Amino acid sequence: MAGLTLRNVEKSYGPLTVMKDMNLDIHDGEFLVLVGPSGCGKSTLLRMIAGLEEISDGTLSIDGKVVNDLPASKRNLSMVFQSYALYPHMSVRKNLAFGLQNLSMPRAEIARRVDEAARILQIEPLLERKPRQLSGGQKQRVAIGRSIVREPGLFLFDEPLSNLDAELRVQMRVELAALYERLKTTMIYVTHDQVEAMTLATRIVVLRAGRIEQVGTPEELYTRPANLFVAGFIGSPRINMLAAQVEGSGAARRAVLADFRAFALPDLATTDSALTLCLRAEAIRLGGGEVQAEGRIKLVEYLGAERLVHIVLPSGQTLLFHAQGADSHRAGETVTLGFDLADLHYFDTAEQRVETVAGQGAQALTA
Amino acid sequence: MRKFFRRNTAGYVFLTPWLIGFFFLALGPILVSLYLSFTRYDMVSAPVWDGLGNYQYMFEYDRRFWKALEVTFTFVAFSVPLRLAAALGVAMLLDKGLRTIGLYRAIFYLPSLLGASIAIALLWREMFGLNGVINQVLSMVGITGKGWITDPDTSIYTIVVLAMWQFGSPMLIFLAGLRGIPRDLYEAAEIDGTSRFRQFRRITLPMLAPVIFFNLVLQTIEAFKTFTSAFIISNGTGAPADSLLFYTVYLFNEAFKFFRMGYASALAWVLLLIIAAFTALAFATSKYWVHYENERD
Repeated sequence: MAGLTLRNVEKSYGPLTVMKDMNLDIHDGEFLVLVGPSGCGKSTLLRMIAGLEEISDGTLSIDGKVVNDLPASKRNLSMVFQSYALYPHMSVRKNLAFGLQNLSMPRAEIARRVDEAARILQIEPLLERKPRQLSGGQKQRVAIGRSIVREPGLFLFDEPLSNLDAELRVQMRVELAALYERLKTTMIYVTHDQVEAMTLATRIVVLRAGRIEQVGTPEELYTRPANLFVAGFIGSPRINMLAAQVEGSGAARRAVLADFRAFALPDLATTDSALTLCLRAEAIRLGGGEVQAEGRIKLVEYLGAERLVHIVLPSGQTLLFHAQGADSHRAGETVTLGFDLADLHYFDTAEQRVETVAGQGAQALTA
Repeated sequence: MRKFFRRNTAGYVFLTPWLIGFFFLALGPILVSLYLSFTRYDMVSAPVWDGLGNYQYMFEYDRRFWKALEVTFTFVAFSVPLRLAAALGVAMLLDKGLRTIGLYRAIFYLPSLLGASIAIALLWREMFGLNGVINQVLSMVGITGKGWITDPDTSIYTIVVLAMWQFGSPMLIFLAGLRGIPRDLYEAAEIDGTSRFRQFRRITLPMLAPVIFFNLVLQTIEAFKTFTSAFIISNGTGAPADSLLFYTVYLFNEAFKFFRMGYASALAWVLLLIIAAFTALAFATSKYWVHYENERD
């Protein structure tokens, strides 16, 4: 078991600083997911924690001990690589045992741990095979097995599922979650897939361009995104964003939108004259809602239990709407859509979340 | 048939230079030498059929043939591993992601371009001579040298060193092979606390096995065929005391000094069979130590 602390961690390559002032506390036993678009520094951060990448400045502590200069092998962690990094010339059994042999561990103990890991991951029949004889999912299991046998205090995963097909990815996701439930060891998991992040994490760290955008539980990130980037990144389908001008002052301030009726703003902790209003696809109501507009259905994506309806507003902007059950809307239809003010997220010109002052309900105004 | 040729005329026209070269410069001489190896032929009078006479003489009576084999085998046994080790060592040094790698690659390749030349062989003879640079350096640290080339016990090793110095082409192949080993494997090993030496033994060597195999076969063939350096350094005689009597030097002398063309042809065919046997041996053992990633079972 291990807790981690990053204090003002910085990473530069020569004159180029790719990560600055990274501060993060990772609690003992949590499943922390680092998520962000490519190039956000999530893998670099993971590799710095692993000891594969030097920390340019700041401190990294594991269980209260600064480990900046400690070699990877002394950090009591194991890592699963995106490419699996299995030794192609060794059998699965040898792949699993290889790391343990460095520790001059008794043979019987190595065999016990290998068998135990094989049992947990259900790869016992594969032990004598070479990696090239395995499917992608089996390779991934072996890679995870290689981590488990070391019984580390910290598991690191670098986009472990990104080479698998969609179906297998879902299956392995479930298995990883089960593995975490079983081991309850600290896990740090890097992915660019926000669905993976949402389903696996106890806490998520959203990164962009070497900076932390938000840290929180999946629910916190979904229901209270700290900024426009997180709002747009977390959640599928992508959140709807509406540009609004603020008119009037004080209690009479109201939002003017291109396609919807203007409405009175609640008491917001900002004086900006422009806002971005965000609305989840499931918050849009057809034929209802406090604020309404007319739109034309451009596309209906059938997803089985639900449909994703693309609605074009008169200004040309497209909104996404989650239609449940036997909803029978068709492309080309004109519909009235709306939303309730309570479902809105407000972001200022600096793209930061603006909170409503508690107890101030908003009232729809007639334009 | 005529239609076939008419349709493919252009192709055959383009092939002609190669076909002429192949039939007249390669296949022709090969077949003729096979025939000559069963004859006595002095290049002046017509060949006289002798059956297996040349081969019988070679194996039963010709002590210089056995000496030439001994010299050549010794050379192969020392020079191939040393050259491969030097090539791999330098390739690993160059595989550190240096920005000037192109320059170093060229510098280290240079000896291979020069090494097989007559000039370098002559230079080598001077360096290892009684008053050569090597002895001058040794004398500075108080060691009295000797005529490294004139001493039959050491002469062959001067050529081994010369051969080792020409590691350029296996080095380039090793370098490409090293570049092909995924970094993740080393990183995974590093996290597991695998020592550098164990990484080399358990990851680098096995991952490089196909390349090592390729280089081994090529360099062994090359070593069996070594001629220029031995010929120049021994003044074309194989002296001292036949210690530099490389197989090819002996063959050359039989053919072009004593004009025993039939016997020389037989020698050439035996060398071919020896090389083929070694190559076959390498291939036969390869399944126990060479791992191919994309192999199908």
